[in-house]
Amino acid sequence: MRRDLVRKMISNVIVILCAAAVLLALIPLAFVLFYVVSQGLTSLNWAFFTHMPTPVGEPGGGMANAIVGSLIVTGLGAVLAIPVGLMAGIYASEYRGSRIAIAVRFAADTLNGVPSIVIGVFAYGIAVLPFHAFSAAAAGVALGIMMLPLVTRTTEELLLLVPPSLREGALALGATRARAVFTVVLPAALPGILTGILLALARVAGETAPLLFTAFNNRYFTTDVRQPISTLTVQVYYYANSPYADWHRQAWAGALVLVGMVLTCSLLARLATARMDKMQRGA
Amino acid sequence: MSRSRARPDEILFRAGTGLFAALMIALVAAIAFELYRQSKLSIHEFGWQFWQTDNWDPVAGEFGARPFIWGTLYSSILALIISTPIALGIAVFISELAPARVRLPLVFLTELLAAIPSIVYGVWGVFVLVPLVRQLEVNTPEWLKVVPLFKGPPLGVGMLSAAIILSIMVIPFTSSIAREVLRAVPQAQREAAYALGATRWEAIRMALFYARTGIIGAVMLGFGRALGETMAVTMVIGNTPQVTLSLYAPQYTMAAVIANEFSEAAQELYLHALVEIGLVLFVITLVINTMSRGLIWSLGRQKKPRRIKRMISTAAAGSA
Repeated sequence: MRRDLVRKMISNVIVILCAAAVLLALIPLAFVLFYVVSQGLTSLNWAFFTHMPTPVGEPGGGMANAIVGSLIVTGLGAVLAIPVGLMAGIYASEYRGSRIAIAVRFAADTLNGVPSIVIGVFAYGIAVLPFHAFSAAAAGVALGIMMLPLVTRTTEELLLLVPPSLREGALALGATRARAVFTVVLPAALPGILTGILLALARVAGETAPLLFTAFNNRYFTTDVRQPISTLTVQVYYYANSPYADWHRQAWAGALVLVGMVLTCSLLARLATARMDKMQRGA
Repeated sequence: MSRSRARPDEILFRAGTGLFAALMIALVAAIAFELYRQSKLSIHEFGWQFWQTDNWDPVAGEFGARPFIWGTLYSSILALIISTPIALGIAVFISELAPARVRLPLVFLTELLAAIPSIVYGVWGVFVLVPLVRQLEVNTPEWLKVVPLFKGPPLGVGMLSAAIILSIMVIPFTSSIAREVLRAVPQAQREAAYALGATRWEAIRMALFYARTGIIGAVMLGFGRALGETMAVTMVIGNTPQVTLSLYAPQYTMAAVIANEFSEAAQELYLHALVEIGLVLFVITLVINTMSRGLIWSLGRQKKPRRIKRMISTAAAGSA
């Protein structure tokens, strides 16, 4: 009897410890969010979005150039990664058992695990060194490489979720494989794939390390992809490391904008997947 | 249906999508090749010596990268020690214990922890965590300072701050994979345990044991993440190349030295030395990720019936 009591007690203690682990992880989350929101809100103003950085020591100003730069660089990455990732994902799901498909899956998982700083070094080697200039384009290459495995795996996994009867119907009507994929299977999986791409964009837009020596930085406003460009994340990094209180303030504001963006994207994605679940259950 | 009509189209489709698939595979090879090409000078000049010496003084032409390997491994292992019990606790709580109503919100919150950009953790680390850690270090009791772990100046920036921030960032990765792994444990397994009179913990322990390879894989995947983490660590670790056990001492990691010095590396040898650090980081993470994925994957393929039978017999033996 006593042994059973001990067993039950051990069990209860472990259950409590597991719940404590959850709380322990939520504390830093709350802590980070609290500081980012409270510090960020007091620092965030219109000027942050519309003004250029001021010279050292002069308070005020904003990160207009960095916000535009981040959009450009992330957009470039998406333009490079989405077509390649979609097609590679289609191949991996269509020719599932083939050696190349297995290799694609392996390559995607490998790329996904490569530290972002290493991707930056690679992008520097192929897109900065040959042209002897830091550029927004090189940063786009780096971010594109980071997005690629995410797009590929999402595409592949969501294509495999499409009921085979849809494809069989198309093939039975005489459609070629390409036609069946592009007009029936892919559209059916598209909402999910777009959600995945949205999440990939959010993740990549928050990257700093691969931009440090590709986009570099720029005090001025530019939309020229051959020029070094300022980005929100790199700007936050420099401001946080600077000795000026006003720049610290702006670093917090930048952090808030980044968190807001990530939060919006993941909420949107969650809503979209919830809706898809409902549709599938209804069908 | 004539095969001959369908064929050219099929070939075109396969070749068209296959081209992009091949591009993806080539990219991984290209990264390895390019990293090697850009680090050749340093590899030939220093050989193994590069990883065995401690002096990093680019101006004097001295490149010893041992402190960086040390800093990377030390910070990641510390992060692993802190994060693993918490991450597994979360995984168990969400997949085994939590009522369905709180499960989804909890999943969302832990995913949010993973989605916050590294730079935001860095900003928070610099302005909030580091001062807190400094307070903690200043108030170290005297008797504790005898231990090498707690020797050193109470700066705030240093190994302890880096390890804490890394573990916060690794927890959601490990816990989400461990959760998936636990989901792969057949329900019959738990029911069998309960039927034999197991307590909750005994049933969970059985599930964990069943999924052990996958759990190890999840922990290793988290380790791989920690090794390559750059921004947050760079901002709080103090960026001082030294090999020491002290948790208070500022140190340096491989990723951090690349982030800090790459755009300033004017001489070719300096640049190649930094890329060599990147190459080794690439190889280490590649090996660790491949191994951990292998472990997780093998779990999904085990022959289930025999395993369950064996587990049930051990379960019966355990509770007897």
